[in-house]
Amino acid sequence: MNEHHDVVIVGAGHAGVNLAAYLSKGGYQGSVALLSNETILPYKRPPLSKGFLLDAEPLESLPLRTAEYWAASPVDLQLGVEVLEVRPDEQTVVTASGRELTYGRLVWAAGGRARSLPLPGATLPGVHQVRTLDDVLALKQELPRASRAVFVGGGYIGLETAAAFRGLGLDVTVIEAAGRVLERVTSAEISEYFHRVHREAGVDIRLGATVKEFTERDGRVASVVLGDGEVPADVVVVGIGLVPNIDILAAAGASCSNGIEVDELCRTSLPAVSAIGDCTSQLNPYAPDRRMRLESVQNANEQAKVVASDLLGRPAASGEVPKFWSDQYHIKLKTAGLIAGHDQMVVRGDPGSGVFSVLYLSAGRLVAIDSVNNPVDFAKGSALIKQRAQIAPEVLADSAQPLQETGLPLTAPGARSRVG
Amino acid sequence: MPTITFVDPHGIEHDVEGDVGQSLMTVAVNHDIPGIEGECGGEMACGTCHVYVADTAGCVPPPRTTDEAEMLEVLIDGVKPTSRLGCQIRVGPELDGLSVTVPSE
Ligand SMILES: Cc1cc2nc3c(=O)[nH]c(=O)nc-3n(C[C@H](O)[C@H](O)[C@H](O)COP(=O)(O)OP(=O)(O)OC[C@H]3O[C@@H](n4cnc5c(N)ncnc54)[C@H](O)[C@@H]3O)c2cc1C
Ligand code: FES
Repeated sequence: MNEHHDVVIVGAGHAGVNLAAYLSKGGYQGSVALLSNETILPYKRPPLSKGFLLDAEPLESLPLRTAEYWAASPVDLQLGVEVLEVRPDEQTVVTASGRELTYGRLVWAAGGRARSLPLPGATLPGVHQVRTLDDVLALKQELPRASRAVFVGGGYIGLETAAAFRGLGLDVTVIEAAGRVLERVTSAEISEYFHRVHREAGVDIRLGATVKEFTERDGRVASVVLGDGEVPADVVVVGIGLVPNIDILAAAGASCSNGIEVDELCRTSLPAVSAIGDCTSQLNPYAPDRRMRLESVQNANEQAKVVASDLLGRPAASGEVPKFWSDQYHIKLKTAGLIAGHDQMVVRGDPGSGVFSVLYLSAGRLVAIDSVNNPVDFAKGSALIKQRAQIAPEVLADSAQPLQETGLPLTAPGARSRVG
Repeated sequence: MPTITFVDPHGIEHDVEGDVGQSLMTVAVNHDIPGIEGECGGEMACGTCHVYVADTAGCVPPPRTTDEAEMLEVLIDGVKPTSRLGCQIRVGPELDGLSVTVPSE
């Protein structure tokens, strides 16, 4: 007989684990299986490029929940189980070992994998990526004998890892194809700020540079060849983005674009199949009319909450403001809202002081904030974004005034409310 | 291991054991305590670990830091004198028997 569960969750990352926890906290009566193709307890990813690299956060602090938690939980966590096929007509998933599990509801929470570079030498020993704990354990093993590190890609994860490596005393070069670091994710102001901080820390950042190949010596990577020059390397970290794990659901017939397309309840186009986390593409109420695939812990949590409510038969929680954070050196960047489609930008405070915020407005309303070492602005900004507050740019720019008490009415006429 | 009592928003008491050095937020998350999410992972950025800490059985955690006090004001509507961010309180032997209440929101 087939193994049946009322809910089968594929992927035990931030999204899958939080969904399982919301279901047990919410008193869900059905049976829940949580399948992970990794063989270790589900863990947090953000520390992998931050505290864990620097030994500030020990291995024991990485699990999202303790072993005792899983032992006591009604959720059936199955490690080392990879799903290879989904048969929506039979409401069945097939695992790598050929096991078939039937579901009442399937929740696809399979995240993504690091994008690889299809270049000569990209698979040489010494060339790394940073997505899984195994990736980072392998990278850490290189550290004692590495003195020159080259990063391909200047995104948040690459820059965080680069900062950690500088902190450990390595020579660091960052190769970025675009005209500025963090180009895909934030404004020029924030890019310039991080560029300056890294430069001052001694990082060599090459902008507009393309990688041609990786050379080898003694069976390991020895250098990174650029369009114009060559950088010697003992260790290389490729951080050029994420490929969402959508193929299996796409093969089953789910509508996919940049991610698995889901509605406001995180339902896919397939019956009885939901999807959450990094693998999904959703219309976001904070970036009207735009499908987006967000890669953040908070998005994974929010979507988990929405599906838990759906399964528990409760009204969905109202749309939280998207949030993201990044730690580099002494800098804590916190972002709320979506930096997409703003028509005005206000810098609040002096970037030179290391404490400032950049606020993004669209048609006079606050839509996003990047705050640097300024948790108060971040918290107040988040609340104002949720209210779709209209605030005069001159007022926002005046860091002597708190973000909330502007003296202007914080009206939100015509605010869009989230469906559901 | 010190035992901490969480009184959840429905008034139900949960007596749970915490590891020394863990935050109250981490302890709560590992025991599915309703009303505590720890969404920001202890960064003092979300307020989803808000608890009321009364002086119970002589267990008094160290007072708020200025940062915690400031973030409580910003993150929580209607802060009370007993309000704390659970992620900022570390479990130690002296907190054995502590009782905290999770606000109903
Ligand atoms: C180094 C690093 C630093 C980061 N820093 C931050 C940060 O500071 N702030 C922030 O908000 N976000 C950060 N992120 C992003 C954040 O970690 C992700 O948004 C989050 O992990 C998404 O959760 P998820 O559950 O959707 O995917 P994942 O965490 O990727 O989990 C998916 C799981 O599914 C498993 N899986 C995949 N396919 C299958 C299959 N077929 N069968 C079974 N299991 C499968 C995978 O192995 C994986 O364990 C960071 C990410 C990384 C890698
Ligand atoms: S966990 Fe977010 S403020 Fe404590």
